[in-house]
Amino acid sequence: MQVTLKVFRYNPDVDKKWHYETYNLDIEETERILDLLELVKGHYDGSLSFRRSCAHGVCGSDAMRINGRNMLACKTLVRDVGDKIAVEPLLGLKVIKDLIVDMEPFFDNYKKVLPYFINDSPLPADGKERLQSPGERARFDDTTKCILCAACTTSCPSFWGSDDYLGPAALVAAHRFIFDSRDEAASERLRIISETSGVARCHTVYNCTMACPRDIQITRAIGELKMATLTGKVD
Amino acid sequence: MANVHEFDVVVVGAGGSGLMAGLYASRGAKTAVISKLYPTRSHTGAAQGGISAAFGNLEEDKPEWHTYDTVKGSDYLGDQDAIEFMCNEAIDAVLELEHMGLPFDRTPEGRILQRNFGGHTNNETGKPVRRACHAADRTGHMILQTLYQQCLKNKVNFFDEYQVLDLLLVNGKAAGVVAVELATGELHTFHAKAVIFATGGHGRIFEVTSNAYAYTGDGAAILLRRGLPLEDMEFFQFHPTGIYKLGILITEGVRGEGGVLINGKGERFMPKYASHVKDLASRDVVSRAIYTEIREGRGVNGQNYVYLDSRPESIIKYAAEDGRTNPDGSPYTITAEELLKKLPDIVDFNRVYLGIDPMTQMMPIQPTAHYTMGGIPTNKFGEVVIDDKNTAFPGLYAAGECACVSVHGANRLGTNSLLDLVVFGKHAGLRAAEYAKQADFQKLPDDPTAEARAQFDGLRNGSGKENVFDISREMKKVMFEDVGIYRNEKGMKAAIEKIAEWKERFKHVHIADTGRVFNTELLNAWELGNMLEVADVIAECALNRKESRGGHSREDFQKRDDVNWLKHTLAWKKNGKTEIGYKPVTITKYQPKERVY
Repeated sequence: MQVTLKVFRYNPDVDKKWHYETYNLDIEETERILDLLELVKGHYDGSLSFRRSCAHGVCGSDAMRINGRNMLACKTLVRDVGDKIAVEPLLGLKVIKDLIVDMEPFFDNYKKVLPYFINDSPLPADGKERLQSPGERARFDDTTKCILCAACTTSCPSFWGSDDYLGPAALVAAHRFIFDSRDEAASERLRIISETSGVARCHTVYNCTMACPRDIQITRAIGELKMATLTGKVD
Repeated sequence: MANVHEFDVVVVGAGGSGLMAGLYASRGAKTAVISKLYPTRSHTGAAQGGISAAFGNLEEDKPEWHTYDTVKGSDYLGDQDAIEFMCNEAIDAVLELEHMGLPFDRTPEGRILQRNFGGHTNNETGKPVRRACHAADRTGHMILQTLYQQCLKNKVNFFDEYQVLDLLLVNGKAAGVVAVELATGELHTFHAKAVIFATGGHGRIFEVTSNAYAYTGDGAAILLRRGLPLEDMEFFQFHPTGIYKLGILITEGVRGEGGVLINGKGERFMPKYASHVKDLASRDVVSRAIYTEIREGRGVNGQNYVYLDSRPESIIKYAAEDGRTNPDGSPYTITAEELLKKLPDIVDFNRVYLGIDPMTQMMPIQPTAHYTMGGIPTNKFGEVVIDDKNTAFPGLYAAGECACVSVHGANRLGTNSLLDLVVFGKHAGLRAAEYAKQADFQKLPDDPTAEARAQFDGLRNGSGKENVFDISREMKKVMFEDVGIYRNEKGMKAAIEKIAEWKERFKHVHIADTGRVFNTELLNAWELGNMLEVADVIAECALNRKESRGGHSREDFQKRDDVNWLKHTLAWKKNGKTEIGYKPVTITKYQPKERVY
């Protein structure tokens, strides 16, 4: 089928200002947006730059705006978006080149919530695993799926509006550990996310939930965090 | 010199093995982990089904069985001392991951849940055994995340989005690496006492692959250029179940949970090829069976694919036929709801890429290029060894998919790659830090970045007639068809000739992007150069090995030949030509015998 692909372009080595390029392509409707970008790079303009790796929605490299919505280019097919396709970099992070944005502020926020398992108690006497029931394990299953693609955080108006908001992805990471029955640093993390840069900045817009390519119920997870910060209880 | 960094240990690559190596090395030495990707983008994250350890949480199991299964799976080409070492360390390795917080699925008793996987058996009954520890169907994702998180906790130094281009060797010892910072295009020299390669595989040389774009054989190619050998490069694994045409992995865990393969006539065909374990035979066996069905006209609609059937009613029907039971002896059953919990990503991939629901429809699958068994030769401590006497190269280490210990021999068992990267990543990190404590820095060459610059300049200043994308596409197609699951002399000779042509054309590629910032075009061209080097060595080694063993299937030499070929291949590049040598296989307890599943 024939599609028009409009791509945001900016090369700091040559361009003073960003612009759009449009490419007319003959492709299959089952092709991924990533395939289209590869085709343009291969045959129209090799300088087109974007990040990608796994090409099937698990590494989180190629989150971008496709027809205005945050999606993974490798997990979005042409038939999902139609024959007029506009591709732009994520909002709220500085554009470095074409579809590549500066991810450092995103990862800096992630690192603020102590995104690692903390349990300083002695290991079980038998040296084996810390026991966890299937129910306890299920409690935080949803938030273990995060691939740190930034689709959620960069869809959030609160993130756009304030430099210091941790953003949905960092809160998802906090949730993953706070609700893990084996972890011992919930109170420390709750203190961090109770600050003005934390959960209070979430206004339940649900953009994050809709943007998540892993179908994580992010707004719900943030809601659970809000409740925990208010009650001091994690259950 | 600008941009010179000094570290005791430098780790190249930040997937499972690189992170594990970084974590362990940084406990005893000043360490940097350099990766062309953000660490969490690494391909370890795409591993699905599980990591094996003989806990016996659901039924009897022991490390000796795991060892034997791995030896048998390797078609006796794996080194048995290393395999035994890995399988004995498996239990502690998986427990360590759990102690780091990895969210494994759980048994009702709260222990780590395990599932069946191909080639893993109870050695007494010959039946499949539940050995694969898992976190739904995203076990690799959870390992990658957990190890990255632990690295953050332990303040490991990362250089994200730095592509390593060259390895510096001085006085016969490792002296560091040269990398380009992708965001600026600047070259950096990492002066180090010890260097650990953890650069992953090279499945992107094939047309249909489960592998990430990043899997371009960079580490292997860099070592070849520096005159070091690669081992057993002819052995590449084709995973039986990739999504038709796309190659996206559908975990063996689907069959572990009871899924079966069905041909175009609606018949379950694996019992013909593996009467004992059927759909849970090892991957080489299953991939060949699928190809045989297709070649004999039993693909679906005459096309190059068959079905993977995971509909609960099918699973229950075939489980009853096989007499499969739960741990308590009751007949094995499963509901759609349970399956969805065990395999959520598989359901998602089918929905997104095929528009089908595997609970009610069968999945169209074909074998997909999946795993590099060969690679940089190492011993079981991750030390790179460079000859038939296993002489270690001072200060140089490798671990994970880029390395060849060899624990996978001619065919890897599912789940053993995750185990490999955790076990050998750890030992490489420990050894490198230990070495760095007593070693001195080698003096850097006067112009350390010269070789890297020359490579980039060569690409930038080519005459500009050739297209990287076109050469790449031709290479992938030929490699998949002629150096793929089935191989013969004619096809491989033709492939080798073509590779020589592509290498010539590659000298004249056109790079439109003259900029420095994220010049991904230049990077992709450089990666193609690596793939061509690796493809060349694979084809040469495959042509040279006149037998069939594990993942290497010759139509013109269909039998395994232990008299002449029970040995590892070593391959060097000298003056543009591949030179081949050999190394004995270490056999301890298990004498080679016919391999039946």
